[in-house]
Amino acid sequence: MLIKSLEELSQIKQQYTHKISLRLQRDTPTTEKHILVCAGTGCHANESDLVIKRLEATIKTRNLSDKVKVIRTGCFGFCEQGPIVKIEPDNVFYVRVGPRKDVKDIVDEHIIKGERVERLLYEDPQTKERAHTQEEMAFYKKQQRVALRNCGLINPEDIYEYIAVGGYEALGKALTQMSRAEVIEVVKKSGLRGRGGGGFPTGLKWEITSKQEDEEKFIICNADEGDPGAFMDRSILEGDPHSVIEAMAIGGYAIGATKGIVYIRAEYPLAISRLNTALAQARELGLLGEGIFGTDFSFDVRLKYGAGAFVCGEETALIKSCEGKRGEPNYKPPYPAEQGYWGKPTCVNNVETFANIPMIMTKGAEWFASLGTEKSKGTKVFALAGKVNNVGLVEVPMGTTLREIIFDIGGGIREGKKFKAVQTGGPSGGVITKKDLDTPIDYDHLLEIGSMMGSGGMIVMDEDDNMVNIAKFYLEFTMDEACGRCAPGRIGTKRLYELLHKITSGQATMADMDALKQLAYMVKDSSLCGLCQTAPNPVISTMKHFWDEYMAFVKDVDHPQGEGRYVPKNKIGLES
Amino acid sequence: MTKPQEIDVIKPVGEELPQEKFQELESYINSLETTKGALIEILHKAQEIFGYLPRDVQLFVARKLGIPGAEVYGVVSFYSYFTTKPGGKHTISVCMGTACFVRGADKIIERFKERLGIEANETTEDGLFTLKDVRCLGACGLAPVVVVDDKVYGRVKVEDVDDIINTYRREGAAVC
Repeated sequence: MLIKSLEELSQIKQQYTHKISLRLQRDTPTTEKHILVCAGTGCHANESDLVIKRLEATIKTRNLSDKVKVIRTGCFGFCEQGPIVKIEPDNVFYVRVGPRKDVKDIVDEHIIKGERVERLLYEDPQTKERAHTQEEMAFYKKQQRVALRNCGLINPEDIYEYIAVGGYEALGKALTQMSRAEVIEVVKKSGLRGRGGGGFPTGLKWEITSKQEDEEKFIICNADEGDPGAFMDRSILEGDPHSVIEAMAIGGYAIGATKGIVYIRAEYPLAISRLNTALAQARELGLLGEGIFGTDFSFDVRLKYGAGAFVCGEETALIKSCEGKRGEPNYKPPYPAEQGYWGKPTCVNNVETFANIPMIMTKGAEWFASLGTEKSKGTKVFALAGKVNNVGLVEVPMGTTLREIIFDIGGGIREGKKFKAVQTGGPSGGVITKKDLDTPIDYDHLLEIGSMMGSGGMIVMDEDDNMVNIAKFYLEFTMDEACGRCAPGRIGTKRLYELLHKITSGQATMADMDALKQLAYMVKDSSLCGLCQTAPNPVISTMKHFWDEYMAFVKDVDHPQGEGRYVPKNKIGLES
Repeated sequence: MTKPQEIDVIKPVGEELPQEKFQELESYINSLETTKGALIEILHKAQEIFGYLPRDVQLFVARKLGIPGAEVYGVVSFYSYFTTKPGGKHTISVCMGTACFVRGADKIIERFKERLGIEANETTEDGLFTLKDVRCLGACGLAPVVVVDDKVYGRVKVEDVDDIINTYRREGAAVC
């Protein structure tokens, strides 16, 4: 069946609303229950598949199949406590559910007798109290889910569930009621900036691409999440693939493209399979293909697999890789908006950026712009990991402070240790120390304190972590991942790594420290693309904040200049 | 003057590798709408079929697409997902994402190297294990993470390494 108008879409929505109303309108009296089980990679790795199978089997043997349904959803975000099972409409959130006794108790105690299984409720590590609803948990209290709105709510493999929560309405509205320029205007007004890290205004990017006069244009979704310690894009694709497809179609309409490409990491098999399922379903309903919503707009999406190269997150390198070549970046200009995929105007946006688009279209630019800070609108998803109690995906309005994220949502540092630093922006970012914990997080503030947004990885470190080792770890990564095209990237990162290795093995002199610093700035200033321009950031920021730790490695060594007589050669000082 | 060394003639395609695998790859390439820009897709498929990308396979792809072998090798060597060496029976992947690193993944991979007597991205002599250091598996809640084939081991401690290896050694012995 093909959906040819907004009316037909809304009929289908009506028809399938009952599928999810149980999860949305909790006050409706019913004897039915939905058991939502996280089937994201994190919980999947923790045997959530087995939990699902056992739940289904137990329900069958208890003859409850008519009333109780088990639904696989995307990520709830609280990966630390996986596998997660949520019972609706009771709004009960169970954590660390095992496939044996826990499953049996959930069915026998909760479903049949109507009594909560207390031991499976989340216990607050500070107050030792059990949380009876999801909203009571400190982890969720300050969160606001926009990009992650459907993750953990709907079955990502069922397009009707997506339609039932209002999916594809934004696309229908854009195609049937708005001009291309109007769509771009809404995105511009919303203030949405690229969530891949650079923070370029999305509406402006769309506008530039739309103004290119070329018969063929492309829209690409960058799903090559290579940042170690970031997994928000993967979770969105696994938990809500249709929102990305819908947004790509809206973007395609706005810029005048009929072809979309999702460039995705081959290492994300679950995300790939969910995307393929979603694409097939969208095509079947005519939401992709020829004449969408009865208009003359045609659009389709195909997948291109990455093959493991961090640099391919950079848009010009990504385009090269889409063309089947080595993923080496280009000088800009020309920008991809002018000359991209096969020389045609191409708009590249990241997964999380796209995930925001349908909400902006349905709820309006003003609503989106009311969230966040003056120059960074909306929310941002962070992958909170490292030495923090509550590891997981966290979505908060821009402007939330690091302290709120790490201590309120993240539940503080593990094992009662002291907070030392947090690295934001992955290998391209920098460390942020205690004194900046109260800085509101947005693109500009992070740059001001010597780090960056990046894709939103947030790794927390405690007193046990040696910051020189951390810097060395990141340099090893960027050295390996540098594409080799420019000398500063190819040789500079290697020499930086060698110097760090020399330092940590206790062989370094003050002259090496001087060389390290000079080289760091040289690589930063002279590399071809963002990867190596930002590669020295971990070195620069750890030298700035943790000079003592470098000195601890150096001071025991005989060196020509003698300790304490070190004079920096270049003008840029290390003091903050 | 010594005679110039005889240059290795390129072996006929598929001499040692099973012919039917080449046929499978060829029919995949023939099924593509266009081969323009499809090199990476083809290499993904080839690696799926052969398990790795030896020289003969690379040359086969090059000839089929009418491009220089060097171009194919350039792409194969650029991307970490492609490998030119056959893997062992079991692949042990140690996640080296930052979250795992700060929770001790470096010590875990060291223990694996020591116990197996190989470096990362090498295969043990008996062909039982290939050790890999991989970039973020995205299961940061379970850090540090080790994946053997498809089985995920979360919150791994250095002491667990021997047990993990032994599980697969025993299984190997049982089969023999």
